[in-house]
Amino acid sequence: MDKTPLYTQHVEAGAKMVDFHGWEMPIHYGSQIKEHEAVRSHAGLFDVSHMTIVDIHGPESKAFLQFLLANDVDKLKSPGKALYTALLNEEGGILDDLIVYQLDPGYRLVVNCATKESDLRWMQEHASDFAVEVRELDNFAMIAIQGPKARELTSQVLPEQSERIQTLKLFEGFAKGRWFIARTGYTGEDGLEVMLPAKDASDFWSQLVNSGIQPCGLGARDTLRLEAGLNLYGTDMDESVSPLASNLEWTVAWEPASRHFLGREAITSEKEAGVKQVLVGLVIDERAIMRSGQKVLINGEEIGIITSGTFSPTLQKSIAMARIENTATETVEVEIRDKSFKAKVVKLPFVRKGKATF
Amino acid sequence: MSQIPKNLKYTPAHEWVLDEGEGVYAVGITDFAQQQLGDVVFIELPEVGSTIQLNDSIAVVESVKAASDVYAPLTGEVVAVNEKLIDTPETLNNDPYQEGWFFKVKATSDTNFDHLLDADAYEQECQ
Repeated sequence: MDKTPLYTQHVEAGAKMVDFHGWEMPIHYGSQIKEHEAVRSHAGLFDVSHMTIVDIHGPESKAFLQFLLANDVDKLKSPGKALYTALLNEEGGILDDLIVYQLDPGYRLVVNCATKESDLRWMQEHASDFAVEVRELDNFAMIAIQGPKARELTSQVLPEQSERIQTLKLFEGFAKGRWFIARTGYTGEDGLEVMLPAKDASDFWSQLVNSGIQPCGLGARDTLRLEAGLNLYGTDMDESVSPLASNLEWTVAWEPASRHFLGREAITSEKEAGVKQVLVGLVIDERAIMRSGQKVLINGEEIGIITSGTFSPTLQKSIAMARIENTATETVEVEIRDKSFKAKVVKLPFVRKGKATF
Repeated sequence: MSQIPKNLKYTPAHEWVLDEGEGVYAVGITDFAQQQLGDVVFIELPEVGSTIQLNDSIAVVESVKAASDVYAPLTGEVVAVNEKLIDTPETLNNDPYQEGWFFKVKATSDTNFDHLLDADAYEQECQ
């Protein structure tokens, strides 16, 4: 199994390690609820070095990405700016979701580890029509520092970058040597994601831990992202569904109409015909927990399925994302362990700045 | 490493059984089981006075990660349940063998205990 540059530190800190798509990753360091709460109230630290970093260089980088991605990198107006986007196949199905950063020169993509091989193949295949080079970065680590105190505490660890970190806008980053520091994340809190050479990762991690930031595993990462209404690739979306059926239409740049991108025709037809399925948020007040795969019904008739469900530590009740028929219903039933529970359909996210949004 | 006290009996489904005398047995789930489940958030217990049959599903533990059934390790009548687990389910993570007991059962007189494992045999199950 693959190990990140921080593997030894996780084990020494008592982390429970699990196989995550071939990577040995920490699921928690004792209590995932405590880790979750640390991120909502203070700051937490995540090793996300399993994610894949791909740099795009060459004179036609921009044109290539405008063709490859459903969102439009023309929105990136200066180096460091970031954009969230889906990578679609010609049928409009989601091959992956990713963040693209503008570099100086070129672009950087951060994609999921489970889809690394297929993403790279897909990019290489389409890159052959453009004057670009697609290159995966090796020997890099990626560390996410998330929570209301994340930027302040990271600034103390990196005093020379403090001013830059404090003035970063959302979805903006900057390069410093081979380091790249961006104000992005996957928790719904303020915070940073730092890409850095693998050899620097261990010292940086230790300094962050020593400054009082709680190490967090994939367990807390999952409950945090779900509260924040952020999709998980492979769970809430995959090749069989479009961004329109995945609550991601906001990431599709329809304008300019002249921009041709992979999947455009298919999702245009889908939109014109009326989107059949939508991804919604569900909440139940009773003492039961929604889990992926459970059926969603209206008056006993199945209308969809839970894609992700969990217990929300912030709301102290179960929340879920479900893909259901496109109806205007406000309540549904969820079948949990042979019993039917009433669930409210709510707008995502469930939690914003540590508070319920509904 | 998880703790496996010598004075308890166990099932392969990760329940523990404590002989409290006069045919009454306390039942809970093991340290290994709570570690596998992670943070526990809801627990459903059987009702006092209910009759339980060996291997019946009689309680449910919901952790952040998954739901898990608890099976009756003995046949008999439930004579007490640990209400504290309902209000503070994390008790199970903190103290699975003492404060984290689930219920007590008055075993029927013909109860057979041969299916229960001692600590060494249970440790093998956890390997």
